[in-house]
Amino acid sequence: MSARPLRRPGAIGSYDGRGLLGPGLAALYLGLIVMIPIAVLFWQSLGQGLDSFIAAVTSPQALGALKLTFAASFIVLIINAVMGTLVAWVLVRDEFPGKRIIEALIDLPFALPTIVTGLTLLALYGPRSPFGINIAYQQVSILIALLFVTLPFMVRSVQPVLLELDRDMEEAAASLGASPFTVIRRVVLPNLAPAILTGGALGFARCMGEFGSVVLISGNIPLKTEVSSVYIKGLIEGDQPDAAAAVSIVLLVVSLVLLTVFDIVRRRISRHSEAT
Amino acid sequence: MTAASSAAASGAQAVATNGRQARVARLTVRGIVLVYLGLLLVLPVAMVFVRAFEGGIGPVLQAISRPAFQSAFMLTVTITAITVPVCTFFGVITALAIARRRFPGRSILNSLVDLPFALSPVVIGLSLFLVYGSNSPIGEFLANNGITVIFALPGMVLATIFVCLPFVIREVVPVLREIGTDQEEAAYTLGAGSIRTFMRVTLPAIRWGILYGVILTVARSLGEFGAVAIVSGKISGKTITLTTHVQERYEAFDIVGAYTASIVLATMALLVLFGMQLYQSGRLSRKGSSEEEPQGLLLGPVPAAGTNSQGGA
Repeated sequence: MSARPLRRPGAIGSYDGRGLLGPGLAALYLGLIVMIPIAVLFWQSLGQGLDSFIAAVTSPQALGALKLTFAASFIVLIINAVMGTLVAWVLVRDEFPGKRIIEALIDLPFALPTIVTGLTLLALYGPRSPFGINIAYQQVSILIALLFVTLPFMVRSVQPVLLELDRDMEEAAASLGASPFTVIRRVVLPNLAPAILTGGALGFARCMGEFGSVVLISGNIPLKTEVSSVYIKGLIEGDQPDAAAAVSIVLLVVSLVLLTVFDIVRRRISRHSEAT
Repeated sequence: MTAASSAAASGAQAVATNGRQARVARLTVRGIVLVYLGLLLVLPVAMVFVRAFEGGIGPVLQAISRPAFQSAFMLTVTITAITVPVCTFFGVITALAIARRRFPGRSILNSLVDLPFALSPVVIGLSLFLVYGSNSPIGEFLANNGITVIFALPGMVLATIFVCLPFVIREVVPVLREIGTDQEEAAYTLGAGSIRTFMRVTLPAIRWGILYGVILTVARSLGEFGAVAIVSGKISGKTITLTTHVQERYEAFDIVGAYTASIVLATMALLVLFGMQLYQSGRLSRKGSSEEEPQGLLLGPVPAAGTNSQGGA
């Protein structure tokens, strides 16, 4: 038996005591900053009744924006799963001069303000591109912006797993005659899959709501390059807060449902690989 | 005999081919990754510096000396100076509540923390606009008492706190779980109060996690655009932050002004990145050294303290 604490911890103490000041302050903080605004958002989206909610989210422009956002996020997820894993692979398994600089640059999209990201991409791939590649106001520009902002999510979630991956397992498979391709497919990828899903989910959620990096380069052409967040901003500026709230709720619910699905799949996979 | 030696020879050949193939594959992957990162990350950021200094340093200095730029810069610094302490203080309290306490609603609290990550900044701005805007009862009440939140500093600070809320909490909670409660418990048993235990035992253990959370919070506060743009109203000289200044200058076709504000923000981002790197390399060496230190300095050789503390809880 461990000795009982001589004194009951008080107020905000860190040891798990009975004082409720700490949890109370935490609940107040999250309640005021996060919960009340989101509750009001839900309330407002239904403020004019269910019919106007449905009308707001099924208008052609709203549906177009939501579909575009979803499709772009999905394509970015696939590209990130491949390229992010390759980048992580090179950072962990390869050695070459300048690798440390590359390693440091991976986090740049986290640190760089999104509006600056938009401007940087416009400088390189806009009307005055030094390569003569002008993708501004085209759908592909949205993909480039989203790939930029989500790069660290995948790399930083796969990298630590790859670092800890037991190379003996790969060497054993290779010495038993497995080709490098088989080793990657049967040994490496199954171990990386949960990390790829985690990085993918974080990136996907980010893509669904991304605003700053997209707004300058996409041109915001309705039904073509206008993503959901830009459409919502247009509704707010057009003094239609109810419709803006309705579209926001759809965006929010879709994101949360997908994050939950990702999480369930990830748990299944990790359990499966632990069992075998 | 000959069969064996030829088999050995072909085996050696296979190893050699495999080695060559592996080398080619590695170089190919390296090439693909470097080209990808170059086109996606390095060249665009380099381009901004090139574009900003296209007309020499004169126009850049001129853009920096404009009152609009300076007021935007000061506003961004002010918002960051308010946001970071608030997010740090309440972040640590919330992390302690989530990691150390059992109370009803704890899991709800825990999932609320992640919500800002799943929300579009525009949606965050909208939700604050709906709560504190002039059309809402709260907004009306505050306005009658002379407090404006929306299109003013308080709204912009609230929006920034909202988007930055997860960083400190998400960095500190795992550290709290990792260090466990043994040492805190020992401090209690030896008669330290909760504040003293926190200051002398818990805080030193979590300080690097807090620091990393603060670095992320600073980066996001300086760079937040979407949420702040919604609640700021972009009143010239009053509620234009550095990021909204970039957009405003770009839309006014003042390209040098937009790029100048961008390189100021990009330079701050690179400094933050440098801080993150220092932290990462520091953490690796700290991890290396902490493994050599005896674990549980306070508890000493008490066997299976973890199970005891769980049984007592």
